[in-house]
Amino acid sequence: MTTRSIADLLRDVGTLRDLPPDLLAVVSGCGRNVHFDTGTTILREAEPADTFFAVRHGRVALELFAPGRGEVMIETIGPGGVLGWSWLFPPYRWHFDAVALEPVQAIAFDGACLRGKCDDDPRLGYELTRRFAATLIDRLQATRLRLLDVYGDGDAIP
Amino acid sequence: MQSRDQPRGELCVPSPYRVVDRTVETADTVTLAIAPVDSLARAWEPGQFNMLWMPAVGEVPISISGGVGGGATGGDRGGDGTVLLHTIRAVGAVTRALCALEPGQTLGVRGPYGRGWDLDAASGRDVVIVGGGLGLAPLRPVVHETLRGRDRYGRLAFLAGARTPEDLLYMSELGQWRARTDLQTEVTVDAVPGREWRGDVGVVTTLLPRIPFDPGRVVALVCGPEVMMRFVAAELLRQGVAPGDIQVSLERTMQCAVGSCGHCQLGSSFICRDGPVVTWERVGAAMGVRER
Ligand SMILES: Cc1cc2nc3c(=O)[nH]c(=O)nc-3n(C[C@H](O)[C@H](O)[C@H](O)COP(=O)(O)OP(=O)(O)OC[C@H]3O[C@@H](n4cnc5c(N)ncnc54)[C@H](O)[C@@H]3O)c2cc1C
Ligand code: FES
Repeated sequence: MTTRSIADLLRDVGTLRDLPPDLLAVVSGCGRNVHFDTGTTILREAEPADTFFAVRHGRVALELFAPGRGEVMIETIGPGGVLGWSWLFPPYRWHFDAVALEPVQAIAFDGACLRGKCDDDPRLGYELTRRFAATLIDRLQATRLRLLDVYGDGDAIP
Repeated sequence: MQSRDQPRGELCVPSPYRVVDRTVETADTVTLAIAPVDSLARAWEPGQFNMLWMPAVGEVPISISGGVGGGATGGDRGGDGTVLLHTIRAVGAVTRALCALEPGQTLGVRGPYGRGWDLDAASGRDVVIVGGGLGLAPLRPVVHETLRGRDRYGRLAFLAGARTPEDLLYMSELGQWRARTDLQTEVTVDAVPGREWRGDVGVVTTLLPRIPFDPGRVVALVCGPEVMMRFVAAELLRQGVAPGDIQVSLERTMQCAVGSCGHCQLGSSFICRDGPVVTWERVGAAMGVRER
């Protein structure tokens, strides 16, 4: 797979869509195609976060392990979604597990390499921080909506 | 709109209906199939509601969630002899009494009332239907209607959200819709233990970026808890959808259901008469106003 085709594929990834061409070239240069079989653990909580993924096909579950409850699926990420932001912010460790719910095709980005490039090029650093911050805000809003428990409870019927 | 042509006096008197079937949907929700005892069922439009009356308990507005039978127009617009479906969640005295009805028992019905989904506005455009919780009830007939006239629309997507998989309505139908290639159906729940669940997890707004609609030529039909609809509308607006292309179905306390008593007023609109389906352009500002 060529660098160019990864740049093409990134058009379908909301967080990275419409990057200026020179920045797109840098970002896609740090990406490679990966595949995960159903059930594969892609990320594990507390392990170093040096990668992030743009999901192309399939769905990934974000899970937290809760003693007494086992794994609780807290979110799924599907085609066009980005998996992982911890690579960009200290302490660079995953906050959750991520598991392939079905065969997953994704682009894996070398986050450690990109961090170095962001340090060298503030324009790239600003652009990526801005975009990942927007993704974080979306997640925060979704979490707030969930906290409201809008669907509520009715009375059990006989 | 159908209800406008009907004589008012007649519409204010409940007709006796008999429960012909009862399906338990979830722990707190049932779907009743009801048929008129001594009259013909009136024609109705997807998105309209009836006032269901339990003598000595009270009367509540409930959306029409479908129909069975009913001659040339099919099941989802009503008509002669149609059995009507109402999906009811037990939250208080009247809805509890309705949910407890068994086949053979009777209730009073008046309606249909209100303005339903404006599908003419959706003709030739992409259609995104978004439902949360009980909001699937008034959307179910509009999914049927758009599938029946499938050629009239561009891309068609149905997004459904619920708190848990056990709270999802119309499970077998959702399965059938998911299997179709001419309707993109996505289902999400708020959180779920284990890995058995095959749908998505997250609030329904998170599904929207996955739908490849053209913001300039899409009509969105949205129903669910009001906060959910506000979030969905905000996301659609952010994606460039015009407020006039977002239709929402609103709930307000109702009494007369014919625009006389003022109980259901929202801004300058009477939801029973001008709604329950209204565009975001019309009610967006008023929905930000805090009511207690
Ligand atoms: C146009 C329209 C269509 C509707 N369609 C449906 C439908 O298809 N299925 C259905 O089950 N319900 C529907 N409703 C809501 C239904 O009318 C109310 O749940 C019902 O009026 C409650 O009456 P009750 O006597 O059982 O409870 P009440 O004693 O009036 O209320 C009991 C509790 O439920 C809460 N409650 C009351 N109304 C609502 C509401 N609308 N939403 C959330 N909580 C409420 C009250 O605050 C109270 O805490 C619709 C409402 C409108 C306006
Ligand atoms: S319920 Fe009386 S005006 Fe709407």
